[in-house]
Amino acid sequence: MPAGVYVVVEHLNGQIAELSFELLSAGRQLADARAGKLYALVLGAGGEASGVAGACGAADAALCVDHAALAGFAPEAHIVQLAALLKERPPAVTLVSNSSKGMDLAPALAVALGVAVVTNVAGLAVEGAKIVATSRLYGGKIAVEAEVEGGAAVLSLLAGAFPADKGKSGKPVAVETVSPCPQLDNARVAFKRLERPEAADIDISKQEVLVSVGRGIQDKENLALVQELAEALGAALCASRPLVDMGWMPKSRQVGKSGASVKPKVYLAVGISGAPEHVQGMKDAATIIAINSDPKAPIFDVAHYGVAADLFEVVPALTEKLRALRG
Amino acid sequence: MHIVVPLRQSPDLVEELQINAEATDIDRQAAKLGISEWDEQALEEALCLKDGSGAKVTVVTAEGGQAEELLFTALAKGADRALKLAGDFSAPMDNHRLARALADAIGRLGANLVLTGVQSVEDLDGQVAVLLAAMLGWPHVSVVTRVELAGETAQVKQEHSGGVSAELEVRLPAVIGVQAARRTPRYAPVSKVRQAQKSAKLERLAVATDGRSGLRVRRVFKPEAAAQAEMIQGTPEEIAAKLVAILSERGLSR
Ligand SMILES: Cc1cc2nc3c(=O)[nH]c(=O)nc-3n(C[C@H](O)[C@H](O)[C@H](O)COP(=O)(O)OP(=O)(O)OC[C@H]3O[C@@H](n4cnc5c(N)ncnc54)[C@H](O)[C@@H]3O)c2cc1C
Ligand SMILES: Nc1ncnc2c1ncn2[C@@H]1O[C@H](COP(=O)(O)O)[C@@H](O)[C@H]1O
Repeated sequence: MPAGVYVVVEHLNGQIAELSFELLSAGRQLADARAGKLYALVLGAGGEASGVAGACGAADAALCVDHAALAGFAPEAHIVQLAALLKERPPAVTLVSNSSKGMDLAPALAVALGVAVVTNVAGLAVEGAKIVATSRLYGGKIAVEAEVEGGAAVLSLLAGAFPADKGKSGKPVAVETVSPCPQLDNARVAFKRLERPEAADIDISKQEVLVSVGRGIQDKENLALVQELAEALGAALCASRPLVDMGWMPKSRQVGKSGASVKPKVYLAVGISGAPEHVQGMKDAATIIAINSDPKAPIFDVAHYGVAADLFEVVPALTEKLRALRG
Repeated sequence: MHIVVPLRQSPDLVEELQINAEATDIDRQAAKLGISEWDEQALEEALCLKDGSGAKVTVVTAEGGQAEELLFTALAKGADRALKLAGDFSAPMDNHRLARALADAIGRLGANLVLTGVQSVEDLDGQVAVLLAAMLGWPHVSVVTRVELAGETAQVKQEHSGGVSAELEVRLPAVIGVQAARRTPRYAPVSKVRQAQKSAKLERLAVATDGRSGLRVRRVFKPEAAAQAEMIQGTPEEIAAKLVAILSERGLSR
């Protein structure tokens, strides 16, 4: 029997996460290459799972589990339930996204199922019974091609590597409800509550022009330089994560995996390396301009225009020219 | 309360990475190695817990390279005990092997809580925190930005996308993958590190390293960019003028 491909679908407020559509798209391709079936796995509480499952039209079937312990996201409950479900259906390829949930799930599921795990996967190929995955490591700078022995594995896919569109389908899908496993009643990790982001002075996801600053700025005092550039351009200032962690910029200005996704007309990245977690949040900007002194920085792979030079020389010059124009 | 913080040596991405002759790994001799940036966050969170409630903090790392420097720096920052782990760490991208080594060490050291970095830049084979927890049979939470201890449990904050976070209660012992500490990691001045080198002792522990990822690395390479940016050259003034032209075309410089 050809092995199935199983996609772990994430959802919030009844909406499927964009990353999960990317998984369905990759999963479809993989299932077809192996002449196997694609299953969507949806876990939730209070009846939400079956509603979400119905929207997984790219899959051949959806399996859903409903239990109070699966509300929100408590990693242990999800792992225990998914492992119980997948153990009955070997050998399987399981796809998760490299979101916070996926980071908890992928290695744990692999150990529970006794199969290999590949993290940060950006490309997939099938060679006979083998799966060949290409991962992007070292902040996106190095690629590693690895082969999985045997046909079963857990793969954690990088955001943006597979087209979400192909994972969206209005086709009806057969939804099967699976009974929850008994271990759910004694989980050691309990979900308490969700915290939503605090309202901010500006919503960076709604800005047309963004100047974004990264660790290349080196010192908090130097932020004035990019602030002035943003003002001269009529843009809002945002940042990569490390600047937020250092307390130099508010959390509401963070772009990326654990911050906001932005889609401005112009995104001017200053001193940002272009790690996958950052790129995830800004790759869809209409025009991306990057200033970085390292000509090999991965940000130049997503940028439309690149300046491989010292920001401390280019930024003041640019600010001055813009000011002169505005008079 | 005993907190163990495993530290990883990671290459500094500011330097250009080279690939070894067999194309099976990066060239670690040529790379500039230092503490993985997320481990610095994990250590800080552990030291904050120590400052707050008197926990004991032990740091461990695989022997070789800059191991001693990493450990002395951690001691200078306030860790209580430091150990080098001895074993076969020749397959550095095999996180199963590292996790097995750590599980063995932690089994022998005893711990209520293990704080690791959430990831490193070289995760091909899962994240160590989660593999380690699975091997120990302990619960775990990744991408955590705050750990609060309350008796037999830890309250943690897990970050999700879009600024959403979840509050979770975890029964101890547990492994937590730290994304960011509650404050900027403290700095150990060189003088304090030197002092630690003189006065403190590093222990050495031989550990099992028979974990196996089940993966075969075929090749390590520098990826070709799918679409390269159009590079703008010249003096800063020339570059600025060209950027203004690009911005003007988009109606943005008025
Ligand atoms: C679970 C998880 C979630 C994450 N979420 C996010 C997220 O939401 N957003 C995010 O941004 N990151 C996120 N990260 C962190 C991410 O992995 C990177 O660490 C981060 O994006 C790097 O930020 P940076 O580019 O500013 O810094 P670096 O990677 O340190 O890059 C600095 C760049 O500045 C350049 N530079 C230095 N000096 C100069 C100069 N004088 N002139 C010009 N250029 C210069 C350097 O060449 C370098 O490329 C997350 C990580 C994890 C593990
Ligand atoms: N060689 C190592 N020695 C000690 N700890 C390690 C080692 N490798 C990984 N770790 C720990 O596991 C964490 C996550 O590593 P990783 O999953 O590889 O990104 C690191 O932040 C360390 O806390």
